[in-house]
Amino acid sequence: MIPGSFSYHRPTTLVDAVKLLWTLGDEARPLAGGHSLVPMMKLRLATPEHLVDLHGIADLKGIRRDGSKVLIGAMTTQHDLLASDEVARSIPILHEAALLIADPQVRYRGTVGGNVANGDPGNDMPALMMTLGATYRLEGPDGGREVAAADYYQGAYFTAIEPGELLASISIPVPPAGHGFAYEKLKRKVGDYATAAAAVVLTMSGGKVATCTIGLTNLSETPLLADAAAKEVIGTGLDAATLKKAAAAAEAIMAPAADARGPIEYRKHVGGIMVTRALQRAAANAA
Amino acid sequence: MAKTHITMQVNGAEVEGLVEPRTLLVHFIRENLQMTGTHIGCETTHCGACTVDIDGMSVKSCTMFAVQANGSDITTIEGMANPDGSLSALQEGFRMMHGLQCGFCTPGMIMRAQRLLKENPSPTEQEIRMGISGNICRCTGYQNIVKAIQYAAAKINGVEFREAAE
Repeated sequence: MIPGSFSYHRPTTLVDAVKLLWTLGDEARPLAGGHSLVPMMKLRLATPEHLVDLHGIADLKGIRRDGSKVLIGAMTTQHDLLASDEVARSIPILHEAALLIADPQVRYRGTVGGNVANGDPGNDMPALMMTLGATYRLEGPDGGREVAAADYYQGAYFTAIEPGELLASISIPVPPAGHGFAYEKLKRKVGDYATAAAAVVLTMSGGKVATCTIGLTNLSETPLLADAAAKEVIGTGLDAATLKKAAAAAEAIMAPAADARGPIEYRKHVGGIMVTRALQRAAANAA
Repeated sequence: MAKTHITMQVNGAEVEGLVEPRTLLVHFIRENLQMTGTHIGCETTHCGACTVDIDGMSVKSCTMFAVQANGSDITTIEGMANPDGSLSALQEGFRMMHGLQCGFCTPGMIMRAQRLLKENPSPTEQEIRMGISGNICRCTGYQNIVKAIQYAAAKINGVEFREAAE
């Protein structure tokens, strides 16, 4: 399988990359880790005339703490994320989730930016970014803008990104010390997309849930925030009846496709189980 | 489409070539450099048979363009033997522990395992299994591949290899 012909561009600055994408228009695609785009090109499902490789732009790589936020450059790989002490310490759910993405080789190349920007409903990072309240920095020909992760996803592969814009970095507010977290992902095998997955970040106070956010992966055309489910558990000690109500509230907003991972009813059912398990584990590891 | 001139280190030697941007790295290695130890299995980034080491990373060379490897330092299975031509610890481990049957996945397994052992010289069995989870073997059931990597780790660390009871 050999991709169609294209021209290769390797800018060394973000400004040049944005300029190239803007000038070349619809026929140009940015190339990050390439682990979504290159397979699509081999199948000729994508036939861009120009690829703008972002690997030459040093500014797009790296993880740094900025006050109460952690900034992750778009070209930071999943491997970099796993190697980061800052992430393991302050946003451990990202460390846990990155280990469940693809396989070691893919994680050396696959980028956090590509994972969140592409709009693939199967990707894990989008629901996590929504759960964590992250914002995306988009750079375009007329300057930059910030878009909340929760406002970014519009449909499968449809996002708020405009032609000529490029995701530069992700800003994540650090969850409070002692927060509980869990990412529960059901998949058929290593490297598979989720049959259903749920992210939970919560805080406990006196044995009761004080705050809670729940995100869902691959259970709709976009990642989802299960707000009603989160409301069910606030103020409770996560007793069996509450967990049942929360799972039901989450299942009510799920709209998965029937595919090789199972029929709709099954994927919603296991989606509810992922929510339940993630809530229980997050509560157990909260301080 | 215009061709691009690229140069890189492969197994310690400087190599060069003219490639179209769409040429995949694995095709450059196999066809231009005539090093056919790196295998093409699934072509869809799943199987890991095409794994090579690039600048300290295990990479599936079917999912990267050769132009992207311009200026990089690559090791393939052809570069895995000891300088005197004897088998490296991993190669010896695969032989001693019967870590292959048809052998198709072996170059990718060994390339992945050498990076795993560089990052984690004493991995647990679980860490080995997760470490090679991007490499598919259809013959062995992985049992002897895991043993081969444990054998190599023991040899590199200078400790006696003891097979775990099954």
